[in-house]
Amino acid sequence: MNEDQARELVLEALRDVAPEIDSATIDPDVPFQEQLDLDSMDFLNYVSGVEEAAGIRIPEPDYPKVSSLAGCVAFVLAVVAARPERAR
Amino acid sequence: MEAGTLVEWLVKPGDRVKRGDVVAVVDTEKAAIEVEVFTDGVVEELLVPAGQRVPVGTVLALVGDGGAPTTHEARVSPVIRRLAEQLGVDLTTVTGTGPDGVISRADVERASSTTVGERARLRVSPLAAAEAQRLKVELATLTGSGPGGAITQSDVQRAAAAQGTPEAGAAAPTNVPSVPEVAPEVPQPTTPGTGRETSREQQLAMRRAIAQLMARSKREIPHYYLGTRIELSRSLAWLEAENRNRKAGERVLPAALLIKAVALAVHETPSMNGFWIDGEFRPGAGVHVGVAISLREGGLIAPCIHDVDGRSLDDLMIALHDLVQRARAGRLRSSEMSDPTITVSNMGDQGVETLFGVIYAPQVSLVGFGKILERPWAEGGLLGVRPTVHATLSADHRASDGHQGGLFLATIDRLLQRPEAL
Repeated sequence: MNEDQARELVLEALRDVAPEIDSATIDPDVPFQEQLDLDSMDFLNYVSGVEEAAGIRIPEPDYPKVSSLAGCVAFVLAVVAARPERAR
Repeated sequence: MEAGTLVEWLVKPGDRVKRGDVVAVVDTEKAAIEVEVFTDGVVEELLVPAGQRVPVGTVLALVGDGGAPTTHEARVSPVIRRLAEQLGVDLTTVTGTGPDGVISRADVERASSTTVGERARLRVSPLAAAEAQRLKVELATLTGSGPGGAITQSDVQRAAAAQGTPEAGAAAPTNVPSVPEVAPEVPQPTTPGTGRETSREQQLAMRRAIAQLMARSKREIPHYYLGTRIELSRSLAWLEAENRNRKAGERVLPAALLIKAVALAVHETPSMNGFWIDGEFRPGAGVHVGVAISLREGGLIAPCIHDVDGRSLDDLMIALHDLVQRARAGRLRSSEMSDPTITVSNMGDQGVETLFGVIYAPQVSLVGFGKILERPWAEGGLLGVRPTVHATLSADHRASDGHQGGLFLATIDRLLQRPEAL
């Protein structure tokens, strides 16, 4: 998985919970909760969407890492890269 | 809400229906509401065609037992008859769910809470209903002169003569009892719903509906407010351990713990759960917790999850996921809008520390939770930093006093210290 694929995957999960967002206006370094109208249920659904699409697990203590676009892309890439080759 | 448009029928005459089946979709200010039938039977006639806008309380369809007209009086025991008298329930409006259609205690209690839910119902003969449709008279605007306030054919004809041309504005619904054959009814949600469209007109309609509801609450209900800070380290540590090996989609949110604690606390302080109607408190039949959900396009809706006290946390989370999703998609069910017995509002996600809620009339209480915050916390002579939440209670002073309200909040606190029992 490359960075563009990871970014698209994260944005897709985000669009599923907040269809009205314009991905071009998202500041990649600011937590979603501060720039989008997401409640805890939305955030949970977003995390779940990323988990499903990337085939990874995001434990609760890692929530702060995946709460911005840049942070989540980096997290997904790091987890996928750490897996054994055949599982990628 | 005063009127709704019948969008779609999901049944046709001759179809057999069970209590709780979704039979029609009605569009209200902004939400599409799935109308559930409240009795078992056979659809005899659809009285309102798709596309027609009708006032709240309008009879939508006739549901019979598929055979001869029922004689309800014969299927009631003397004990139940006395209970019905005490609760002010007209037994001819109750459909029995017991063996052979016998009316049980639960049926009467449910009917009592339905009255309490202020769902306007009409007592009207099929003949009068047909006449009303022909003459374009809105049945919900009529007062019946027949037995038990039933609307007769001549009432309809008089109204038609009086109105000359059909009135455009829908009048306030009249509260007249119905016969069981006149199911289902147009629901009366406690708030308007979400939008599948976001036109300015619909935004305005929702704002007006919220304005009406809140103004009524502040006009009629003498609110009192209590608050307490609850320490959550046990709850959150337990939750974290529970969630550790779960996929995100199966994790339990703190909100579910809070809602469950409120539902269980009601058992110890029943005066928080129910309605203030006609100068007296009427306890809710079951603990149906309304959950305030903010909508993406703006606005607010508070549909309920039924029987929260009997659900596991996992079950509650599934119900919460489902409810939020359907609230935002604009597909709520009529019972979810008409049945809440108490409401929980959780503003923590917006970063608010404390909220002082406005009660959804005719309910008598609302529990508010703010953001979960780390705070200095003294316990056993030691000072530490703990996660805490500010819990508030807005309650109707006609139905309860501050003493009971205080006990209620204390019970919620106590329950949250033993999360494994929730």
